[in-house]
Amino acid sequence: MKQFDHDLVIIGGGPAGLTAGLYAARARLNTLLVEKIVPGGQILVTDWVENYPGFPEGLAGAELVQRMTDQAKRFNLPIESNEVLSLDLSQPIKKIRLSDREILAPAIIIASGASPKRIGVPGEDKFYGRGVSFCGTCDGPFFKNKVVAAVGGGDTAVQESQYLTKFARKVYLIHRRDKLRAAKILQERALANEKIEIVWDSVITAIEGQKDVESIQLQNRKTGETTSLPVDGCFIWIGITPNTEFLGDAVRCDDYGFIEANAHMETSVPGVYAAGDVRNTPLRQIATAVGDAAIAVSSAEHYLENLTL
Amino acid sequence: MADGIIEIDDSHFEADVIKAQQPVLVDFWAPWCGPCRAMAPVLEELHGSFGDRIKIMKCNVDDNPVTPAKFEIKSIPTLIFFKNGKVFEQVIGITTKSKLEDTLKKML
Repeated sequence: MKQFDHDLVIIGGGPAGLTAGLYAARARLNTLLVEKIVPGGQILVTDWVENYPGFPEGLAGAELVQRMTDQAKRFNLPIESNEVLSLDLSQPIKKIRLSDREILAPAIIIASGASPKRIGVPGEDKFYGRGVSFCGTCDGPFFKNKVVAAVGGGDTAVQESQYLTKFARKVYLIHRRDKLRAAKILQERALANEKIEIVWDSVITAIEGQKDVESIQLQNRKTGETTSLPVDGCFIWIGITPNTEFLGDAVRCDDYGFIEANAHMETSVPGVYAAGDVRNTPLRQIATAVGDAAIAVSSAEHYLENLTL
Repeated sequence: MADGIIEIDDSHFEADVIKAQQPVLVDFWAPWCGPCRAMAPVLEELHGSFGDRIKIMKCNVDDNPVTPAKFEIKSIPTLIFFKNGKVFEQVIGITTKSKLEDTLKKML
């Protein structure tokens, strides 16, 4: 009699989770993928993906998600819409507490991803959905001929600012330093775009308005000068924070909460692996997430083969 | 329920939502919105499980400018729950099926 429900449980249905599911299904592991909302993760809100190999013209993030999901399902990967509330990793057979039941599995791949980080300034929560946004593809079209601010300086901020110029007549890119971090090609496009004005060395200190966003308060980090900039919207792309609420202290994490895993994607607990954005990794891309996932499944397979219960 | 979710337009909003006998959930969406498309199967499932007890409808914000403006929608997907013609709750962005279920049950 089997003492557990699945060989492998994958937590999260973004690119890492779906790839892990694909590999695990092909390895004929009895696998369950648990996704909290809907498959896709952060690429769902990515307007256009042009650095994932095999798609020379690029494709919409949502389209890539659909393709990854279809591919995993073709090999009969079960995907359940459910939330992981907590993990008990104290025994070789791990307990995964879901919203409606508890399931048992010897191996787990955590691919729960990350979420956009909030700035933590007054007005940010109050105006969410009323001008404050974390998603250009969702909300950009509501700012036709309007003036918007975009906050950040990495790939997402710079690429999405470019996207916003399809709608907005002006995009102020607010960046805390005097140079951008984004990939050079993205920087070149942004600098060449007449609708984008970069506000260097500046941070947002407040988002203000009556019912909707009307202005943002800026502070120049070099001069200390404070100014008010009238805008209709404020898009925030200042980085990500790992989705690990369910984790507690079950596995070791770094100072920022990302799960520590080695080159085999092994965490501090045998049989538990991490893949994708939730891992402490030097680069967070779709291409790196799918690579992590393939390695994680291979490691899990070895672990399961050698497991004596 | 065999039928899918019905699209609603500006001209029928009053009759189909505000004056509806039962509670209504309206999904404001657009074809260009990836998260909206991803939410669609979840709403279809809820539509299937709640049947006639709760009306679930969707409103394309590109084709229907009046209604989204009236509810000051600036972000999609936005889901608005209506009970007796009044806004019962509003959810912005993608959200879990279980949270939507909880709100739908509260409206019954």
